[in-house]
Amino acid sequence: MKLESQTQNIARAVKRVCDEYHSRREKLLQILEELNELYGYLSEYVMKEVAKNLDMQVSEIYGVATFYSFLNTKPKGKNIIRLCQTVSCELAGKQRIANALENELGIRFGETTPDGMFSLEYTNCIGMCNQGPAMLINDDVYYNLDPEKAVDIVEKYH
Amino acid sequence: MPNMLAVCINGKECEVEFGTTILEAARKMNIHIPTLCYHDDLCLSGICRICLVEVDGEKTLQAACSAPITRPLHIRTHTEKVRKARRNILELMLSNHYGECYTCFRNQNCELQKLAKEYGVDSLRFGHVELPRHTKDTSSRSIIRDMDKCILCRRCVRTCHDFQGVGALEAAFRGIDTEIQTFLDHPLGDAVCINCGQCINRCPTGALRERDRSDEVWNAIDDPQKIVVMQTAPAPRASIGEEFGLPPGTSITRKLNTALKMVGFDYVFDTNFAADLTIMEEGTELLTRLKDFIVDKKPVSLPMITSCSPGWVKYCEHYYPDYLPHLSTCKSPQQMFGSLIKTYFAQKIKVDPKNIMVVSLMPCVAKKYESDRPEMSASGFKDVDYALTSRELAQMIKETGIRVTDLEDSDFDSPLGLGSGAGLIFGATGGVMEAAIRTVYEIITGEEVPFENLNVIPVRGMDGIKEAEISFQKTKEDWKFLEGKTLRVAIAHGTANAKKIMDKVASGEAQWHFIEIMACPGGCLGGGGQPIPTNENIRKARAKAIYDEDSHLNIRKSHSNPQIQMLYNEFLDHPNSKKAHKLLHTTYTRRGKI
Amino acid sequence: MAGKRKQILFSALEPGLGLKKALEHTQTEIIDIIKLSRLRGRGGAGFPTGLKWDLAYSAKAPKKFIVCNADEGEPGTFKDRILLNEHAKKIFEGMAIAGYAVGSQEGIIYLRAEYRYLRPVLVQAIDELRKAHLLGKKILGSDFQFDIDIHLGAGAYVCGEETALIESLEGKRGEARNKPPYPTESGYMGYPTVVNNVETFCYVPYILIEGAAWFQKFGTFESTGSKLFSISGDVKKPGVYELEMGTTVRQVLNLVEASDTKAVQVGGASGICVAEKDFDKPLAFESLPPGGSIIVFNRSRDMLNVLKNFMEFFVEESCGQCTPCREGTFRLLEGVKLMEQGQCSIHYLRVLRELAETMKISSKCGLGQMAPNPFLSIIDNFKGEILARDRVTDSIPL
Repeated sequence: MKLESQTQNIARAVKRVCDEYHSRREKLLQILEELNELYGYLSEYVMKEVAKNLDMQVSEIYGVATFYSFLNTKPKGKNIIRLCQTVSCELAGKQRIANALENELGIRFGETTPDGMFSLEYTNCIGMCNQGPAMLINDDVYYNLDPEKAVDIVEKYH
Repeated sequence: MPNMLAVCINGKECEVEFGTTILEAARKMNIHIPTLCYHDDLCLSGICRICLVEVDGEKTLQAACSAPITRPLHIRTHTEKVRKARRNILELMLSNHYGECYTCFRNQNCELQKLAKEYGVDSLRFGHVELPRHTKDTSSRSIIRDMDKCILCRRCVRTCHDFQGVGALEAAFRGIDTEIQTFLDHPLGDAVCINCGQCINRCPTGALRERDRSDEVWNAIDDPQKIVVMQTAPAPRASIGEEFGLPPGTSITRKLNTALKMVGFDYVFDTNFAADLTIMEEGTELLTRLKDFIVDKKPVSLPMITSCSPGWVKYCEHYYPDYLPHLSTCKSPQQMFGSLIKTYFAQKIKVDPKNIMVVSLMPCVAKKYESDRPEMSASGFKDVDYALTSRELAQMIKETGIRVTDLEDSDFDSPLGLGSGAGLIFGATGGVMEAAIRTVYEIITGEEVPFENLNVIPVRGMDGIKEAEISFQKTKEDWKFLEGKTLRVAIAHGTANAKKIMDKVASGEAQWHFIEIMACPGGCLGGGGQPIPTNENIRKARAKAIYDEDSHLNIRKSHSNPQIQMLYNEFLDHPNSKKAHKLLHTTYTRRGKI
Repeated sequence: MAGKRKQILFSALEPGLGLKKALEHTQTEIIDIIKLSRLRGRGGAGFPTGLKWDLAYSAKAPKKFIVCNADEGEPGTFKDRILLNEHAKKIFEGMAIAGYAVGSQEGIIYLRAEYRYLRPVLVQAIDELRKAHLLGKKILGSDFQFDIDIHLGAGAYVCGEETALIESLEGKRGEARNKPPYPTESGYMGYPTVVNNVETFCYVPYILIEGAAWFQKFGTFESTGSKLFSISGDVKKPGVYELEMGTTVRQVLNLVEASDTKAVQVGGASGICVAEKDFDKPLAFESLPPGGSIIVFNRSRDMLNVLKNFMEFFVEESCGQCTPCREGTFRLLEGVKLMEQGQCSIHYLRVLRELAETMKISSKCGLGQMAPNPFLSIIDNFKGEILARDRVTDSIPL
């Protein structure tokens, strides 16, 4: 019973987002981004509902969702930390930040903390090359990092 | 007058229309350019890059398949740059392909293997795959996927998505992680796959194939307790010769009969017989629906739609479940046949049906799924035990060393071995419709259809959607309610065309009474179980062979088939009788489209 | 010597003045002005902007689109971030002028997901421009209408390629299309579409105000105007600099106070890596194509590490549709790893070099064609370093 109302809520939310974009095919990416933001990832059910609303093949939605690195088809942590791994940040000492974050969170890159609070990922260039090392936590950008500063920032998200 | 442009390829000059691709121009000039992601049936992709050529004035090489000619061009197709590039690209593909050719069913019919030979690949500088990295997906009743063989040409994706309008397969992830997957990589058996197998026909390698049942069939043949009955569908006869090196469009019906007996089948029957039976049942069903509608004003599901194509049936179950009542309740000829073998025929030869094994030769991989449907066993026994594709049967024959082309002709066995020309043309798009019209018109008016030599030309041909109208005059007493009425029919082949038809039906825009839909392009002759390769010319040649054979037969109308008349007299009573309904009709299942 | 510092984009601009000037001209006059200025695309490829607009102008269609490519993802590039953050109105004014010139009423800015935090800035700028009648209906009291929609990317470097960007705008996988047809003929939703880089649009209002002849005075004959450079790496003063086209690498190094420089990567990961012998070459389309990024490496850096970082980038960012790019980037990276382990023979290095050359001419889009650039330039320009440390051996058989 409870499960049913939960799926109904999701279906309603998906419909609302799709309606916002007039269920237009070309707005798929924007729709997926909003839903990804809402639920943290695009579940099987969400993708199926989007397919229904947009009258598309669900496999195509899956193809799009897996193409982009900011869309997830598997559950992620509440906060996603994306440490820039590209060359300028590497020169500026990205590895030390990476080590500090792994130690602080007790997970490796590509993993999510058991409490579901953080996912730790690498990302490619985020355009903060003059102030590296840099990272994104969700939509927030942090730069000129040192290990201590990085850990302090992450703690604020607990 | 179209805008013509001068093109020079390898020093040969030619004029082509503006927008012609380099590949088309080269073919016109008889210059060979290798291709891989390109397929005659599919939209352009330009991703494998094997068809690269050098164009003067361009810094990069151009993909011949997708580069339109929009100015006069000088093109060279085998310069050092081109040769090196093709060799590199080929080796890159091979480095990521599990190339165990001698265990691959596409051995000697593989486009990748052929290219490796063409380009003299004698080393694999970028290495090769030592061990399989994927598990084969054997979840589907019809289609096996082996992603270790996939080279990401995406022909299957374009076939499934664009050509057939199904979309079970899609490219997922990106870069080196790109893979062809179903939604969430679910097993194919759980995906919205209609089992049409068109992807198999267009796969350049062995990444896709049918579920091979020839071992089981051999076991049955080897078992002295078993009576093994073979039924052969109309389409494979006009195509299986291709597996033995004959040109497309060579019909070998009667030589095949001889071969099948030599292979060890106890009886060889003709599915055309069951096709005739289908016409009797389906024609009667149509007339009943029309009568209910016109005379009795009952709510009936019109238009009625054919149900012979198991790919189409599953498509309808997934995508148009609300329209399942429109499907004829008739089983397909394959299943009707199986059902009769296990009842009527078993009684006739006084053998317990449990000792009879029905094997069918089909142009189709969806027939495998159909024969495994739980509802297909009204007699208490599975109607059809194994459905073999043209390719599997050809393989079995090759294994015996029999040279089909050298054999004497022989006839089908009796009493289920006589089929009319109407049953035969079931193998081509429009054929079921034509067969139905030949019979229904005569039932209603007592006269033959008003087309020269019974050839109902408007329903023939390779147009994706065909329409026709037949008016009834001078109707017989029982059919007076149809006097002056016009029967409107439509035909679609390929499920992308089926979608167009169904959307018109759904919107009420079109007013058809009867629709024939085949899942495969060209109808069964272009089926997913047919010899590889396929393209429109090959399909046209097969169609021609089928229509030619029909035109030379004495019996060309289903209701004139004496064995059909005998079957009703001895066993079924009359079309749509209670017994016929039990054995020859079926039900459908609503399935989601996602 | 501080190099030739002449500023265009970083000088003040009265909002709307460029657009006002534009509306005094006919469409073809504007296109002629841009052609005469010889402005070339600032995204990297350097396609003549005036010609691109002319092609879109000449295409007959009921609708046309102006797309701003704000998918800045080239490693080491952050100039567009500064423009988006601090000069958004210049971008939008340039887009509006482009819209007027080619006959388009709809603009879209494709903003990379990594810059999502800049979205409010852009929304505000668009609002203010609407209020000032510089966007929306009846722009500056004329009959011209033009508005701009913000479209967010979702994390894919390849969407910086214009046809991949259009696919992405249409809600698809960001996979490059076959060209032709070019976007100016058939782009977004099949309509003629102009795709220009953020920086390119910014120059437009200046050119309209000051004239083509003024713009031509900056830079070289083939590369007119100034250019923004994102400078990072081993330098004292990293940041975005506006320099005249034609400035040499050495001038740049002096300006940003780089010392002990061994190598300079010009144009990001898809650019080329030059050694000291080339430091006096000018940064211009006809010499060292400038892209937007300069990354400086001092003598303590291991060029093989640098190369590995670049190749990892391309392996992750290749869209995966065409064979040479998908498989080739992967094989080059594997090769670099072999070198790292001292397991790569000279012979295999030659094989990889040939592969890289093949990728340049056989990949479907710019990404795949440029992906081997760092491999080739680092292997060629730093051969001594690569070979010296016994990383490439002759003793290992194939």
